[in-house]
Amino acid sequence: MKSLSTPYNSAHHKFAVFTACSTFVLIIAGALVTSNDAGLSVPDWPTSFGSIYKIPHLVGGVKFEHTHRMIAQFVGLLTIIIAIWTWRTERRRWMKYLGIAALGTVIAQGILGGLTVLFYLPPPISSAHAALAQTFFCIAVCIALFTGPRWVEEVPRVEADAGKPSLITLTLLSIFVLYVQLIVGAMFRHHGMSWWPHVVNAPMVAVVLTWTSIRALFLYSRIEAIRRPAVIMLALLIAQLCLGFLAFVTRVAWGHDAVQPELPMVISTVAHVAVGALLLATAVVLAIQVWRHVPIAFEESIPVRSRDPVTA
Amino acid sequence: MGHNTYKKGDVMTTKKWAAMRGLLSFLALALLLGCSKKENTSEEQATSPAKEAKTASAPIDPATAATVSGTVTFGGAVPKPQKIDMSQDQACKGNNVSETIVADSGKLANVFVYVKDGLGDRTFDVPKEPVTLDQKGCQYHPHVLGVMTGQNIEIKNDDPTTHNIHPTPKDNREWNESQPPKAAALEKSFAREEIMLPVKCNQHPWMKMYMSVVKSPFFAVTGADGKYEIKGLPPGDYTLAFVQEKLGAQEQKVTLAAKDSKTVDIAFKQ
Ligand code: HEM
Ligand code: HEM
Repeated sequence: MKSLSTPYNSAHHKFAVFTACSTFVLIIAGALVTSNDAGLSVPDWPTSFGSIYKIPHLVGGVKFEHTHRMIAQFVGLLTIIIAIWTWRTERRRWMKYLGIAALGTVIAQGILGGLTVLFYLPPPISSAHAALAQTFFCIAVCIALFTGPRWVEEVPRVEADAGKPSLITLTLLSIFVLYVQLIVGAMFRHHGMSWWPHVVNAPMVAVVLTWTSIRALFLYSRIEAIRRPAVIMLALLIAQLCLGFLAFVTRVAWGHDAVQPELPMVISTVAHVAVGALLLATAVVLAIQVWRHVPIAFEESIPVRSRDPVTA
Repeated sequence: MGHNTYKKGDVMTTKKWAAMRGLLSFLALALLLGCSKKENTSEEQATSPAKEAKTASAPIDPATAATVSGTVTFGGAVPKPQKIDMSQDQACKGNNVSETIVADSGKLANVFVYVKDGLGDRTFDVPKEPVTLDQKGCQYHPHVLGVMTGQNIEIKNDDPTTHNIHPTPKDNREWNESQPPKAAALEKSFAREEIMLPVKCNQHPWMKMYMSVVKSPFFAVTGADGKYEIKGLPPGDYTLAFVQEKLGAQEQKVTLAAKDSKTVDIAFKQ
């Protein structure tokens, strides 16, 4: 697939990076809604206080909820643009589909956001909204990655993977345990589950991610595209464990009697959600780079598909 | 996009279909979730008029009616009330301490007291008068409100800011509505019995209150002096329940003879 070379399109790539960054801001804005218990401060959807465009007085919970909705609309717009842009200018057909997938995900995410408001934040819907948010973030990061100059122009430095289990297996396992951690974390955060599955799974995440990044660094530190995400993943993991501990202390240990969401628990939980999103995206990038540079274990499963020339 | 795709053959269409089907089944699931909730609502609405239609049981003879009253106290050191930070909304200039435990010199306010057992199958007329819940200074007044099933609750906003009123019931229908300044009062009622049903405002996350919905008119809420009084009870053996939002519930049995006036005091501990 990579052989169908696409010229580097700087504007397209920068726009994709901007979309991914905006999505990260949106995740923080969303986490602020949850941490401030402001999810129902605007009771209606798709309107806000009965209006599609009027900006309400941004005080109290509305400040968080409505700001989140506005940033979400903005990111939705960016996604529409990037999907169309990709569809029209990309030569790689799978990239066109990725653009469409991004659009579909953002629409589903918006609908989930609305549904959770209309059904008064049921834990499964709120958690699905939290999990799909990070999924969308990963897609946005991937689009930015695939349109980047390194991806498009560089000839990948390919090495054979000798390890067992293979590095690609480890990176996929990392993504899997992170997803489990995200889902049980979200279920706990949205009052649908006890805290212990999340805390019990945390050492599991720590072990798998450490194993993966150490293995990557040990064998392939010469390859920058692998070294960088591996180092970042390790650093983020340590930060995330500390933040998780802080979130637990401020929200569960001290905060269970709080009369309102207090600043330390808002900051620690929002940071924990944000770093969680970065960690998941980093794991996805690492997996993709491993697949690109150390492809052995994966080669057989690449389907040989006939490609018709679309260069019209 | 449609005209663009004809070239690319079946791969695209099957993929597109798979994606569409995924989204559709997801939406269907969401709808299902929603509908099952709605069903509850209509069932509730269907049953409540039927209940009201039942005529009230034999009237209670005022000449033999008894009274039970008393004082609820808080044993031990009263925890210092937590400060509320209302700076998120300049329009909020209320009394900024939490009302989780209000115990002035050991007298416990905001305890809901009701006859939990002993009234048998007796049914009671629902008062035509509504009870009032006021939002003022970004706090609820009262903090604990007793109401009969089906009785109207008039919800007023006396603040220069928008509130949203969001009850989170277990057995009743949930709703969430916003109320701008000077808006007309909301008229609400609950169809099923539910003790200490939490109500909150998501604009001002410190705003919390509790509604207790009961089938009989025999209930009271302790005042700042910790006192309550329940009048007009027919003679009989009763179980009184005392419920505090944080300290939990306690029960006390009492036997009332005709025209009795008994005192039942109770103490809560943390
Ligand atoms: C389209 C992109 C969107 C993204 C990426 C996104 C992302 C997020 C994230 C990350 C959270 C925090 C979850 C958590 O901390 O556990 C959140 C919460 C929330 N979002 Fe969104 N959101 C989007 C759109 C919307 C829309 C259109 C609405 C419309 C009403 C909405 C309503 C909410 C609500 C109400 C919450 C709070 C849920 C709760 O407290 O249980 N979101 N969102
Ligand atoms: C590497 C490990 C970890 C990852 C990837 C992770 C990830 C997450 C994520 C993504 C959420 C929020 C989900 C949402 O968006 O709603 C969350 C919530 C939470 N996590 Fe973690 N977590 C990790 C470790 C820990 C640890 C070790 C602790 C505590 C000892 C912890 C405590 C919490 C708490 C208390 C919440 C809920 C915060 C709230 O109630 O607002 N986490 N975690």
